[in-house]
Amino acid sequence: MHILEKKIRDAAQAGRYAVIPFLTAGYPDEDAFWKSLADLDQAGADVIEIGVPFSDPVADGPVVEEASRQVLAEGWTVARILEGLKMRREIFGAAIVLMGYMNPFEQYGFEQLAQDCAEAGVSGLIVPDLPFEEAAPYRETLRAKGVALVALVGPNTSEERMRLYAKVSEGYVYVVSVMGVTGERESVAPAIVATMERARRCFNLPLALGFGLSRPEQLKILPATGQPDAAVFGSALLKHLAGGGDAASFMARWTGEAGRRLD
Amino acid sequence: MENSYFGKYGGCFVPELLMPPLIEVEAAMRDILPSQDFQNELGELLANYAGRPTPLTFCPNLSKELGFSLWLKREDLLHTGAHKMNNCLGQALLAKKMGKTALIAETGAGQHGVATAAAAARLGLKCTVFMGAEDVERQAMNVMRMRVFGAEVHAVETGTRTLKDAINEALRAWIANQETTHYCFGTAAGPHPFPRLVAELQSVVGKEARAQILEQTGKLPDAVVACVGGGSNAIGIFRGFMDDSEVRLLGVEAAGTGESGCFNSAALNLGTPGVLHGNRTLLLQTPEGQIEPSHSVAAGLDYPGVGPEHAWLKDTGRAWYGMVRDGRALAAFERLSQSEGILPALESSHALAWVFDHPQELPQDGCVVVSLSGRGDKDMDIVRRHLGEKYSIPGQAED
Repeated sequence: MHILEKKIRDAAQAGRYAVIPFLTAGYPDEDAFWKSLADLDQAGADVIEIGVPFSDPVADGPVVEEASRQVLAEGWTVARILEGLKMRREIFGAAIVLMGYMNPFEQYGFEQLAQDCAEAGVSGLIVPDLPFEEAAPYRETLRAKGVALVALVGPNTSEERMRLYAKVSEGYVYVVSVMGVTGERESVAPAIVATMERARRCFNLPLALGFGLSRPEQLKILPATGQPDAAVFGSALLKHLAGGGDAASFMARWTGEAGRRLD
Repeated sequence: MENSYFGKYGGCFVPELLMPPLIEVEAAMRDILPSQDFQNELGELLANYAGRPTPLTFCPNLSKELGFSLWLKREDLLHTGAHKMNNCLGQALLAKKMGKTALIAETGAGQHGVATAAAAARLGLKCTVFMGAEDVERQAMNVMRMRVFGAEVHAVETGTRTLKDAINEALRAWIANQETTHYCFGTAAGPHPFPRLVAELQSVVGKEARAQILEQTGKLPDAVVACVGGGSNAIGIFRGFMDDSEVRLLGVEAAGTGESGCFNSAALNLGTPGVLHGNRTLLLQTPEGQIEPSHSVAAGLDYPGVGPEHAWLKDTGRAWYGMVRDGRALAAFERLSQSEGILPALESSHALAWVFDHPQELPQDGCVVVSLSGRGDKDMDIVRRHLGEKYSIPGQAED
């Protein structure tokens, strides 16, 4: 079982949602970023997604785009993120995933990327602009070093397309909750239930729900068949940090009683 | 998806949420576009609404000066003033046949936005145009034209606040509105199938030009020259001559101000392979893969990438691509105006400038066809800033 799958299955065993915070690399500054990462880990994150900044992030809303813009100006690159992780690889209990767009990874080179991810303790990659049709060669290069390419599916992904992804995917499946970009939303659209049920039929992997989440209460309205195994939150956390909050207090929402699964 | 690549360039690098609408466009391109009904209806619109065929004009005065015969394919005479309308009418009609009720579009200078807004009004579709906030300020009259046609114009405040950010925002809007909405992409770039769809819809330029030059001179030209930003007018006219191996295909990119290290729009000459806006192509980017800002005096060329088919044509050697600086384009703008009484767009002026500045590279007594992709009326404000004093019109400090 891939380490990413195991991390999420372990949380389910413990009767809670696996918690997957997303944090843009280097945000809001170098020291605060590495401290937030350690705090998220200490506070019980199962997987941590680190956002790799890109100048043209088409799948992201304004909060993540602005964070990317800020850290690009501070000189954050794929290499700097991987070097930083390499230096700290023993300290994280959570599994680490990089989420970023195709071009910075392609310029780094996928062979080198797979190698360096393995050395830095990065278990997976999420590449929002790498759909099934284009992914095969990169997925194989990463897989050879034990790095999973995490599939992204959404409300308009047909059963047929989900089955294509299911055949080749490992780790977990990122289910996008809305027909839109990343960003905090008040409620989870009821239509997500059908998407989650479809994904359950197609995948044997854990399902992580993301885009728009900030509090576990948002998941409580979903019926058992629409429940995810993990929750991903990014924009809400970035806003919390930008407002002077710390990572631990944000995580407390998810790791307390409210974060217990309805099964 | 089929045929999504041109050699190693092209592809479909988009979020999964955009795959279903792109597959739908690909199906419409395969099933609806070639049908006789569609072709008849589009042909009627192009002829009687937009003004096709456009003339192929001989330039007697410049031909004498240059030593070869110079012909212009007059897309400047097409409705709304540029070749953009060929693509917009085609995509708007296709959207209608697909059952869509609305169009979204990106625009840089505003020409594609204006053409989309007009086509949407004509065909009864709702229209929303995304335009970088900086371009909204620079091109207030085009914003006004779009709004008069009934389009909604969104100023995009993110990133560099220009064309590339307008494309990002249009792609985001398409994710949310794909059920009712077609994304009328403006150039032969972006994710598959847009590079092929736009090239197909613009190929009317090359087909006409080929027939017209044969009719008027009895032979094929020695060279066909067009400016390249995203590259839709160039690919449109090149398509007509692609199989005529004796015809040289010359594309001209914008080199910017020409100062050392200046921002430019010459991705074919100065870029490296990478992935942006859904396709692998040549890009102006940092070694780490961040997209660089672009610049050209011609807003329609101001883009840090280029259509993937051009990247491939460059690699195969079928086409060759040169560069022209802002100042030479402005000089060509004046020269065509004064020699032949035709006011070219600053984009098209780049193609003219290359021809004017390199007569020795073209055969004496030969024949050269230049794509006059648009008219220059839209550029008078920019021209005033650069050349106003020469014509006793107060210039304006650069902002």
